[in-house]
Amino acid sequence: MENALLSIRQLNASADEKRILHDIDLDVARGGIDVLMGPNGAGKSTLGQVIMGDPAYTVTGGSVVFDGQDVTALSSEKRSRAGMFLSFQTPVEVPGVPLTSFLKAIVAQHPELGLRGKRYKARLAEVMEALDFDESYLNRELNVGFSGGEKKKIEMLQLLLLEPKLAILDETDSGLDVDALNVVSRAIAAYRESCAGSLLIITHNTRILEHLPVDRTHVMVAGRIVAEDDATLVDRINAEGFEGFADVAGENAETMLSGWDSAANATSDVAAASMAGAEAASPAGTPVSDAVALAGSAR
Amino acid sequence: MSAPSSVAEVDRSLYDFKKSEEGFERLAEGLTPDIVREISARKDEPAWMLEHRLRSLEIYHQLRVPDWGPSIDGLDMDHIATYVKPNTSQKSDWESVPEDIKDTFERLGIPQAERSYLAGVGAQYDSELVYHNMQESALAQGVVYSGIEEALHGDYAELIREHFMKLVPPTDHKFAALHGAVWSGGSFVYVPAGVHMDYPLQSYFRLNAKGAGQFEHTLIIVEEGADLHFIEGCSAPKYNVANLHAGCVELFVGKGAHLRYSTIENWSKNMYNLNTKRAKVEDGGQIEWVSGSFGSHVSYLYPMSVLSGRGASCEFTGITFAGAGQDLDTGCRVVLAAPDTSCAVSTKSLSKGGGVSTFRSGITVTEQAEGANVSVSCQSLMLDDISRSDTIPAMDVRAEHVNVGHEASIGRIGDDMLFYLMSRGISEQEASTMVVNGFANPVSKELPLEYAVEMNNLIKLEMEGAIG
Repeated sequence: MENALLSIRQLNASADEKRILHDIDLDVARGGIDVLMGPNGAGKSTLGQVIMGDPAYTVTGGSVVFDGQDVTALSSEKRSRAGMFLSFQTPVEVPGVPLTSFLKAIVAQHPELGLRGKRYKARLAEVMEALDFDESYLNRELNVGFSGGEKKKIEMLQLLLLEPKLAILDETDSGLDVDALNVVSRAIAAYRESCAGSLLIITHNTRILEHLPVDRTHVMVAGRIVAEDDATLVDRINAEGFEGFADVAGENAETMLSGWDSAANATSDVAAASMAGAEAASPAGTPVSDAVALAGSAR
Repeated sequence: MSAPSSVAEVDRSLYDFKKSEEGFERLAEGLTPDIVREISARKDEPAWMLEHRLRSLEIYHQLRVPDWGPSIDGLDMDHIATYVKPNTSQKSDWESVPEDIKDTFERLGIPQAERSYLAGVGAQYDSELVYHNMQESALAQGVVYSGIEEALHGDYAELIREHFMKLVPPTDHKFAALHGAVWSGGSFVYVPAGVHMDYPLQSYFRLNAKGAGQFEHTLIIVEEGADLHFIEGCSAPKYNVANLHAGCVELFVGKGAHLRYSTIENWSKNMYNLNTKRAKVEDGGQIEWVSGSFGSHVSYLYPMSVLSGRGASCEFTGITFAGAGQDLDTGCRVVLAAPDTSCAVSTKSLSKGGGVSTFRSGITVTEQAEGANVSVSCQSLMLDDISRSDTIPAMDVRAEHVNVGHEASIGRIGDDMLFYLMSRGISEQEASTMVVNGFANPVSKELPLEYAVEMNNLIKLEMEGAIG
């Protein structure tokens, strides 16, 4: 994509020597709203975390370019300062750190926002009102003892304060009751309104997407992007679920394998044979990745 | 100082042995009665105190060094008198103070004038004034706050005699005996019945007068229904060139009285800190300890509370931070010896850079302590793979109908926490500091603001590896 805000190419990542992300290509346009869907355990959250630079994962190949800058080797702190934001699926509890001082600390790391003194106070008040945010929460410890919905609210509060160029929302909507879901939807709308930022929304369900003009939908299965399309893909998933994508995962892998083979002019037979075996054993399971690894070593 | 307190004067002369060089020729033979007599004569003490010193010296020679804690092999026990001798090596000017200590002073924001004073130069500084104001206001309420040596010559001499080393007898352990023989300097506080002190008394100033603070004795008596917050020491001022500290703190808390005793210790990192602190609490009285241990090479520190009256209570809040080269063995002891007594112990320990932090507690509930309540909680945080943290809680419960709760946890700084904080733009260093400060927060919020700020600064320094 020309002039994409986020551009991921052939991204591979592993944790504890186990490969989790396979050859991910994904673009998010400036101002675009992309959705990343897929069954449980597909690697969606991992992708979000790797994009944000979680050191728990090792990038073994490929690149993440954000706003024209290759951030693949940057720490998450620098990615944040560059304008990236990840709303955590499970926000981490940090005992003894009051929310209020945490918020001041993160705002101080983003001087370009100009949120100091009165301006900060005014903006905080504004954002809190938009989110029906209970003022007493500010004096409580960061994420400690809050309900799931409250934690997500705290994430949204930060989103609105930091106004990042890109916000990755990792299942921000999951497990929320109707009221909390409305708050998140309002937060997303407010974020779009205030800074026209881009969104990459990782979600299982589509309710949160109802009032959003989704540009692209990406489907992830077993660590691969297996399908991409416009917003209509969301409807298809709504109707059919993810089962139909299992085969695509295999095909997709096979296509890539043959691509490698022709380029390397090497053992496509080995790869194809192992692919077939893998598919027979488990259409969408881990053997696919084993096959890829095998093909890689054969190559 | 243009207006020195008499206390400071006494303190500065404590180790002034210039005329007694004869005595020091025998140093190689260890600590002798002559040296002890010399100390006593120098201070013009009452006879009972000299007797006490000599008896303590005998006991000292009979006792062995502890064999159950961190190694104190680095202490020259055969020539212990070298630690007692005058501070010939005391830094006399700012220039000769070690760089890391100066660096600490600077980063703690202690003003130049004050730094000079702390280093032993003795310049006039603001705190001196604060001290005088504090003293005047306390005097009006009948509170006595003075140097203990000075008090030995005053109206409270008999009261001191009745209490001195009665809670911590010289027989308690070898370093208590050493203390009994060579103690020097320290504070005496007396709060009359029913008097509530509105602000804390601080020993910040005197302990740092030249030469003091090595074998200092603190004696505090809080009478029935009275209330006092006493703050001992402070980080940078506790700098001392000698490397043995064997102080002693005795606290007497009367019926229904309340005493909070707060300490932040930050000795230089060659220090063996073998301090003994003890409180006795009467019916319905309360002792609260807030204790921060940062510096020293080796520490043995277990403030003890003896709850001897019905309904007496003890709260202990402590934090220990052991960095590279440090072996800090800290905790507390509580004896619940009367019905309906209670204690709540909550400690945090941190270790980093190969430091060893051990939490050791001993809780005894005697047969008389029916209906006692005990809760002990200790949390440890190791900041890397090479550091160590141990928890050694002991409980001896002999009474019926007692509630006892204990919880302990040992963990590492969570990578998930760091990632979360960093993903919002906070650097790794700051994120770690934030997590550690958060961990320490239950202790710092018990401290007066200036000390809480200082403790956070100390943690920050430790996290940057700036100290030691």
